[in-house]
Amino acid sequence: MNAELKTGAQTQEESANVPPTALATPQPENLVAFRGVTKVYGRGDASMQALRGIDLDIAAGEFVAIMGPSGSGKSTAMNILGCLDTPTSGSYLFKGVEVGVLSRNQRALLRRHYQGFVFQGYNLLNRTSALENVELPLLYRGASSSDRRARAREALETVGLTGWETHSPGELSGGQQQRVAIARAIVTSPEVLLADEPTGNLDTARSREIMDLLTKLNRERGITVIMVTHEPDMAAFATRIIRFMDGLVASDQPNRRESS
Amino acid sequence: MIGNTILLALREIKRNVLRSFLTILGIVIGVGAVITMVTIGGGATLQVRQQIASLGSNMLIVTAGKRMGPGQTSGASLFKEVDATAIDAEISDIAAVAPVTTQSLKAIFGNQNWTTAVVGTDNRYLRVTSRALKTGRSFNDGELRAGAAVCLLGETVKKKLFGSQEALGERIRLQKFSCEVIGMLEGKGQSSMGSDQDDLVVIPLRTFQRRVSGNQDVAMIQISVREGASTDKAKRDIERLMRDRRHLSPSDEDNFTVMDMKEITNMLTGTTKMLTALLSAVAAVSLLVGGIGIMNIMLVSVTERTREIGIRLAIGALEREVLTQFLVEAVVLSSFGGLIGIALALAGSLWLSAVLNVPFVFNGGIVLIAFLFSALVGVIFGYFPALKAARLDPIVALRHE
Ligand SMILES: Nc1ncnc2c1ncn2[C@@H]1O[C@H](COP(=O)(O)OP(=O)(O)OP(=O)(O)O)[C@@H](O)[C@H]1O
Ligand SMILES: [Mg+2]
Repeated sequence: MNAELKTGAQTQEESANVPPTALATPQPENLVAFRGVTKVYGRGDASMQALRGIDLDIAAGEFVAIMGPSGSGKSTAMNILGCLDTPTSGSYLFKGVEVGVLSRNQRALLRRHYQGFVFQGYNLLNRTSALENVELPLLYRGASSSDRRARAREALETVGLTGWETHSPGELSGGQQQRVAIARAIVTSPEVLLADEPTGNLDTARSREIMDLLTKLNRERGITVIMVTHEPDMAAFATRIIRFMDGLVASDQPNRRESS
Repeated sequence: MIGNTILLALREIKRNVLRSFLTILGIVIGVGAVITMVTIGGGATLQVRQQIASLGSNMLIVTAGKRMGPGQTSGASLFKEVDATAIDAEISDIAAVAPVTTQSLKAIFGNQNWTTAVVGTDNRYLRVTSRALKTGRSFNDGELRAGAAVCLLGETVKKKLFGSQEALGERIRLQKFSCEVIGMLEGKGQSSMGSDQDDLVVIPLRTFQRRVSGNQDVAMIQISVREGASTDKAKRDIERLMRDRRHLSPSDEDNFTVMDMKEITNMLTGTTKMLTALLSAVAAVSLLVGGIGIMNIMLVSVTERTREIGIRLAIGALEREVLTQFLVEAVVLSSFGGLIGIALALAGSLWLSAVLNVPFVFNGGIVLIAFLFSALVGVIFGYFPALKAARLDPIVALRHE
């Protein structure tokens, strides 16, 4: 079923422009589904079980906040959700596709076509303008340079950074950098936006701006948002709050959104 | 996509101009040296061939000593004029034989002076070397027998001493004696290893022996074999005759050498060829060192840019896209080295060929090969660092500080 994902046989253009349509064929009930997902780091005595069997379903359109103490496995789960990592056992279905059996390149194609990732430390390219940072994912999709430019400007406008296109990350504040990172994650119009502690380095006012932005993307563009946060104030923006504890889901409740 | 990748590589190179330049220095030197050597070597070889061709293919030169260049003797006894006469008399199929002995002397006319090659010989020299007289006359028998103070001037010497003035009939000083200019030699043009074939003064052999060398020796005998006759046979005959005349027993080695044109050509071009080969080997080593330099700096670059690589991989870059990016960067870098090397080599070759008086022979083939080779060095030595970048785990790379 993953024939189209066989990147080795594809040309640059094909792999960049044609979404792996095979992925859409199995009709998924949910956008993401964890079935008994475990993750073990290391081997033998030094091994560390970061996830101990997680079951989780997230439907398209949800705004999920993942909370939990440090070391409870939140980032580990996010990395698996973002196809950067694979479960040690159990299965992770993204749009009905078993991610665990995909190759590195096939997972890269899933990220490229369906996911946007906002990293905790912004992770922008230094010495590169905000606009070029945002253009980057489009570059790997093989978009033309005029198309890239237009869509990157639009994404920067969405996050409220019109006029800052030519500034490099070093010339931007933390909140602005985080917004550039969000713009980069949404520029490809992904189905899901994964954000690991998107407000971790920001003060309350900046954090609220980011949360308003995520809420807007979720409501107006229907992007599924999965976000890790330590702060209850930020989790309050979500429609659903999942709490992790020692590599297990401790609680999973709907949340009435704070009106903003 | 590849256009973007090249742009990206150029930007990355521009970011570290000095480092990039130092990185490619090895390639620059390697490519530059190879092209310069081949160009100059080719020019020198061509020149030697041209000059030898102008001498005629039927020339033999007998020198004293074993396998040495003309004029070098290695202690073996020289010849006498009678050796030349004997060859002329006893060997068949000989067109002309000339005893030749030369020395570098200062020629003076008025307040002009010029150091030139003074050749002591007789009229047969003109036939052997296929030279003609432009004006005046050659030596007469009386002058040859008496060792009269008369001379024939080459074009260069005439120009240096007399300028546009008429030289015929004037007297020039050679060392301590003065001689009358009785003839002007036809110009033969540029020649071997940067020397000028028209930079000579010809005087009778007897005059040379009496006034210059002070002995009866003849340094070499130049022979031209009759058109259509076998040079090989003439050569063998001369060797037999000379062994006989020099009283060599069958067990003795020759203490003289008879060279034909092929051997003279090989002797003259052999040196250039060997030098070219040697320096090309040096250049190849410097290309290798240049390649290692590129590999080293690419590895450094991959480490420095681990986070960038992590970001690219995390947002959906394929392994081969990252591999391509770094490979292109290495190839662009090394190709730059190649281009700079080519530019320097062409400039250097033009300058050297002017200084060494060697024709500039542009060799497009070697330029192309050197350029492709420099790009290849980028591919080979850039591959491992690029692979290292492509294989990075995005999660680990993103955490890299
Ligand atoms: N690459 C790794 N190798 C070994 N152990 C790891 C690795 N990554 C995470 N761990 C361990 O797995 C456990 C879960 O880590 P994880 O990063 O998922 O926690 P977290 O919930 O995100 O914590 P925090 O809130 O501090 O970010 C931790 O004990 C951590 O030490
Ligand atoms: Mg974490």
